[in-house]
Amino acid sequence: MSDTPKYLKLSGLEPLVITPESNFINIGERTNVAGSRKFLRLIKEEQFEEAVAVARHQVEGGAQIIDINMDDGLIDGKKAMVKFLNLIAAEPDIARVPIMIDSSKWEIIEAGLQVIQGKGVVNSISLKEGKEEFIAQAKKIKRYGAAVVVMAFDEVGQADNYQRRIEIAERSYTILVDEVNFAPQDIIFDLNIFPVATGMEEHRKNAVDFIEGTRWVKAHLPHASVSGGVSNVSFSFRGNNTVREAMHSVFLYHAIKAGMNMGIVNPALLEVYDSIPKDLLEHVEDVILDRRDDATERLLAFAETVQGTKKAKTVDLQWRKQELQERITHAVVKGIDAFIVEDVEEARLLSERPLDVIEGQLMTGMGVVGDLFGSGKMFLPQVVKSARVMKKAVAYLNPFIEEEKSDKQQSLGKILMATVKGDVHDIGKNIVSVVLGCNNYEIIDLGVMVPPEKIIETAIEQQVDAIGLSGLITPSLDEMVFLAKEMERHNLAIPLLIGGATTSKAHTAVKIDTQYKHAVVHVNDASRAVTVVGDLLNKRSAESYTANLKEEYESFRTKFLNRGKQKSYISLDEARDKKYEIDWSTFKPEAPNFVGIKKTTSTTLTDLLPFIDWSPFFRSWDLHGKFPEILEDDIVGQEAQQLYADAQEMISQLLADQSLKARAIFGIFQANSIDHDDIIVSDQKQELARFRTLRQQLKKRDGVPNLALADFIAPQDCGITDHIGAFCVSIFGAQDLADRYKSEHDDYNAIMVQALADRFAEAYSEYLHREVRMKHWGYAAGEDLDNQGLIQEAYRGIRPAPGYPACPDHLEKETLWSLLKVEENIGVSLTESLAMWPAASVSGYYFAHPESKYFGLGKITEDQLINYAQRKGITLEKAEKWLHPNLAIGSR
Amino acid sequence: MPNLYNELQKRVLVLDGAMGTMLQRYNFSEEDFRGERFKDYSIPLKGNNDLLSITQPEAIAEVHHKFLDAGADIIQTNTFSGTTVAMADYQMEDLVYELNFESAKIAKAKAEEFSKKQPNKPRFVAGSIGPTNKTASMSPDVNDPGFRAITFDELRVAYKQQAEALLDGGVDILLVETVFDTLNAKAALFAIEEVKEERNNNTPVMVSGTITDASGRTLSGQTAEAFLISISHTDLITVGFNCSLGASKLQPYLEAISSKTNIGISAYPNAGLPNAFGEYDETPDKMSVQVKSYLDNGIVNIVGGCCGTTPEHIKAIAKVAEQVTPRPITL
Repeated sequence: MSDTPKYLKLSGLEPLVITPESNFINIGERTNVAGSRKFLRLIKEEQFEEAVAVARHQVEGGAQIIDINMDDGLIDGKKAMVKFLNLIAAEPDIARVPIMIDSSKWEIIEAGLQVIQGKGVVNSISLKEGKEEFIAQAKKIKRYGAAVVVMAFDEVGQADNYQRRIEIAERSYTILVDEVNFAPQDIIFDLNIFPVATGMEEHRKNAVDFIEGTRWVKAHLPHASVSGGVSNVSFSFRGNNTVREAMHSVFLYHAIKAGMNMGIVNPALLEVYDSIPKDLLEHVEDVILDRRDDATERLLAFAETVQGTKKAKTVDLQWRKQELQERITHAVVKGIDAFIVEDVEEARLLSERPLDVIEGQLMTGMGVVGDLFGSGKMFLPQVVKSARVMKKAVAYLNPFIEEEKSDKQQSLGKILMATVKGDVHDIGKNIVSVVLGCNNYEIIDLGVMVPPEKIIETAIEQQVDAIGLSGLITPSLDEMVFLAKEMERHNLAIPLLIGGATTSKAHTAVKIDTQYKHAVVHVNDASRAVTVVGDLLNKRSAESYTANLKEEYESFRTKFLNRGKQKSYISLDEARDKKYEIDWSTFKPEAPNFVGIKKTTSTTLTDLLPFIDWSPFFRSWDLHGKFPEILEDDIVGQEAQQLYADAQEMISQLLADQSLKARAIFGIFQANSIDHDDIIVSDQKQELARFRTLRQQLKKRDGVPNLALADFIAPQDCGITDHIGAFCVSIFGAQDLADRYKSEHDDYNAIMVQALADRFAEAYSEYLHREVRMKHWGYAAGEDLDNQGLIQEAYRGIRPAPGYPACPDHLEKETLWSLLKVEENIGVSLTESLAMWPAASVSGYYFAHPESKYFGLGKITEDQLINYAQRKGITLEKAEKWLHPNLAIGSR
Repeated sequence: MPNLYNELQKRVLVLDGAMGTMLQRYNFSEEDFRGERFKDYSIPLKGNNDLLSITQPEAIAEVHHKFLDAGADIIQTNTFSGTTVAMADYQMEDLVYELNFESAKIAKAKAEEFSKKQPNKPRFVAGSIGPTNKTASMSPDVNDPGFRAITFDELRVAYKQQAEALLDGGVDILLVETVFDTLNAKAALFAIEEVKEERNNNTPVMVSGTITDASGRTLSGQTAEAFLISISHTDLITVGFNCSLGASKLQPYLEAISSKTNIGISAYPNAGLPNAFGEYDETPDKMSVQVKSYLDNGIVNIVGGCCGTTPEHIKAIAKVAEQVTPRPITL
């Protein structure tokens, strides 16, 4: 006896229980290589990240189960199925729904069953290959814990009429329930949906037979479900979506009434039954239900008169008619500044004091923004725009407030923000400042390259409540450590927030947290900053929050250090023995068309535009995804489109007023590697410079080399003359523009200019590299790559940059600077931390050998540190300071 | 041979407490862990609690004795890490069969001793099958979410060996426990089904998951009900939760599954959450009050303790369990 009813119960991370009262269960079909050409392409090209986005799209679009099919001749279906299922298992927003593993190959089904933790559905098995195989597969499916779709198919063939449908269904059901002991509620019949209105007499009853078969199954085979692929039914009307959509809904309307409780439906191709025009409905029902002999002809004739209509796009100003508060909230939330001064003035006249407008109407609007942002319904660029509206409103009110001489607006706390000494990067810091500002914190922004004394002095003087440090280049990490030490020495108790691209929780826990008794938090995105600061400044919870933080970092540190110990390293000598060996007897480096140094200032932004890689641009705004797909993304797509449009507008302005200038310098020189790791750069007469490269020391498998960049240049003793290139590109003028926008309270455009300048600098570096390969050096004169090919680095040769993984030593920039006379020639300078100024600059080397490639140096040990210091002629302390992030723990 | 199902119809059964907590009290040294047999073993063995079934069998028997004496109806074998997967840490994969077999025998002898003394209160041995230290549905590498450190088949083979050895050693129940990744549990259940089919054996199987945080989900992200659905394809005698957040926090999740299934429900929570020093400090009295709340709500059939629970806790729990009629079950 059992008192819980026999419902079909499935699970992903969350349950899906299908009861007789459940609405129709919609199975997502876009993750099926047979059904989606886009998905097929993504899988073929192994673009799994985007393939995962397709699955997410489905679930967000309302699919309650996702059907995954990898059956294609050109795909290793088993591998693709496992890889894809493993990837979506890591995405809670997708993995929450059950999986339908769809394949005609048993080995793919079984591989899929072995990687899903929830209770999924196998699609499908049938009696096609006989009873024995049917039973064997069903037993396995039961043991793996999945439900099953049974096709109406047997040894004779596919069921194509009512009688065959119910016969096969009954036989399959009896075998499963009586012989395999399969739970009846875990059986789902696919009774074959075939097209109607094909013009062939025998297809007329296809839909009716399915519907009646469904009715029979529900009446005679207890607890079983009925499913099917709905779009088949309208196959003959491909191209006429209006008719197809109507056919799908009519078919579903009747099939669901008969008991069909789940199915594969494209929600985009579905009309609401009630809104199908009467005449169309009548024609479609005639066909689906086979009500007239001439139903097909009549629908065909009618279909020609049916056309889709499109809605016209207009600017909707309806919201202007609402109440004042609604208008202000709307303007703030939507980031529309066109009417804000007008609305604020209206509010001011109604208020007792101008300050009330800020504390009342405007903060109400910002509160909505905060809630939406906090719950993930608004995105960073929108919030920054909201802030712009807010600032504009406040700027308008300020003179009235001054006049009143009333108290200042009560802020939640004062936050000091600074990019540390030697570092010039501040996009991230600006974003965090704006977001905190929106949340009613007072921001004291000390700007970039701020010396530690100034940070501490200001913190004490202004009695700030928290300090936020930002930095992008690796030397900034040590500056942060130093600042933490100084704060401790001054007996400060102010919480310290750490952020920026090179910072990490590990570095913060191991290096910074240990220097300072009070709170130290690594915050790597703007939305988290708000909650962290909130917790830190909340008087009631601050103490316990800080204690928890300290504990968390302590345990993180312990774990991290223990992990570090397990890696082993080989000595520099051993690493050199395992260098990357290029066979120079078979490869003769091409002589460059040009040798020497060349400066160019004639390249315009228009030239660079096609070379922009947009994905990082969106990333800098916390919108993650690949361009251009991100524009179609379900969650952030709309915002990405808006941001992209704003960027285009800014670009046309920048192109028109020529306020940004691109400058570049590059050189191509004779070069040979020497003493394993050095590269001598020379002209006919003399040595011009010596690049010092660093070699990987991580212990690797036999046959895997320990790389240094010098390996890609022909050694001196082999007698071959090789070459190397060096370059620096820069975009001038962004800072002035950004400052101007800031002074106009327009942080959105300030950040926009900086983000675009960065993109132009990167584009310039791509552009120049291509020019060098095709013209000046000329080894790739015939290269033909589009921007996507360039982004994927499909070309020959590399351009590693000092300070990045292959050559992390920033000091090498000094060598580049003196070789190319960068500052004298184009005016790009180096700060004391060796950051480039202007910030939108890129510099590096050119290596041309076909086998040259990017790699990460990883950690090095003390022997290389000593050797490197000697080679460079610097003190060990100096070498250690600059290579600090790359030293293996315990090596010094 | 008394039948577990019959006993469950009659009363709420009590599971034992924490073997690990009890073993800590012995303060065994590295030498004690090694014993004579492994004195020259190449790597440290301290902390390999399962090994103590071979090197310190008297201690294991003594712990079982104490829990049985406190009133436990079911004791768990000292085999939480008894798979080739988990034993790889100590390079003791070859010892797995013996560890499970010996552990089962020690427990079985003790249980029989008590059953003989008190025939109206038969005692059972549950072969403990832990989660291993690898997850089949999650990547250990944040940068490579598609990576898996272990496959279903590797787990299935390892679990099959453990189940066979436990059955050979005489366990009455197989307990797949502390499930943090449902896919691991599914591999264990798959293996158990294979063994049972091959041996035409019908040993009852219990499954116990663990809820890892206040979000109410397993480590692999499933809700309590999704977890229940995912393992319901196997014939189980009970399903439930152990370890987790302490007795009070566990109650809503027990309620969530109790209303959704007809099979038995088990619960053996920690003695509270660990304090700052990693100790569990919920007292026996406090814990039994919580357990009483489970019983009063009729949501459990088997209760016991996990980390931090001692014979005193079990005694207190047994006392409250004695006084109630069990939640009705059907298989």
